Amino acid sequence: MEHYLVISTIMFFAGIYGFITRRNMLAVLISIELILNSVDINFVAFNRFLFPGQLEGFFFTLFAIGISACETAIAIAIIINIYRNIRNIQVKNLNELKEDSVNNAGKE
Amino acid sequence: MEITLPQAVFLFLAAVISVFSILTVTTKRILRSATYLLFVLFATAGIYFELNYSFLGAVQLTVYAGGIIVLYVFSILLTSSDSQKVDKIKNSKFFAGIIAAIGGATLCIFITLTHTFPVSHFVTGEIRQKVIGTALMGSEKYQYLLPFEAISILLLTCIIGGILIARKR
Repeated sequence: MEHYLVISTIMFFAGIYGFITRRNMLAVLISIELILNSVDINFVAFNRFLFPGQLEGFFFTLFAIGISACETAIAIAIIINIYRNIRNIQVKNLNELKEDSVNNAGKE
Repeated sequence: MEITLPQAVFLFLAAVISVFSILTVTTKRILRSATYLLFVLFATAGIYFELNYSFLGAVQLTVYAGGIIVLYVFSILLTSSDSQKVDKIKNSKFFAGIIAAIGGATLCIFITLTHTFPVSHFVTGEIRQKVIGTALMGSEKYQYLLPFEAISILLLTCIIGGILIARKR
């Protein structure tokens, strides 16, 4: 069973590396998807090997897939709205959304 | 040493997941990152199928590989600008990311491999769909009617919220 956990650990920490390092906001979201999927593999492995008669891990994974779909949709809607405002989705440019930012002097 | 067929399938899926998840976070081009994520999600669904959770594998394929990847590809194409100059990552962020990832991975893999799990016997065989259905819609002690209704309200909220956030002004 430990091999399933090792795989999910690799995926989890790849997601953490991507979350810390990437500049594009969509790449940060993709890293979050990696993290969530690794946790799902963990739950399923624990359910199958440690608690074979019960279904808790299975249903937790099912609802986690649904919830992460919702969260991805809302995050992408927010990112598209940000793109409409500052034409850029790099993480370091987000402070241009502020009202009194010097760069915003010519806009709106 | 002889490798049985389930072991070979598992090794293949494990290799796909490891390689493509690392490629997802280290590639420079974002559309390739989404493609590699698609492969990772396919391999994850393969792991669910191999563990005899067919319903979960089908849900994973439908929701993740069929829905969320399409969402990502469309939003990447909507927000990409041709003149995106990829400048170098700040060294401090790169080192922080590498140290956090490799240090954390080493620690977790060490703890996972040295801990003795009380493994029960592997129960082969599918979960019958009738069991899943009654567990999902029942209101007894180990059944999941309330989370089911809650997630349907959550989905409705996210639909309304997504439309409101991204509508044309």
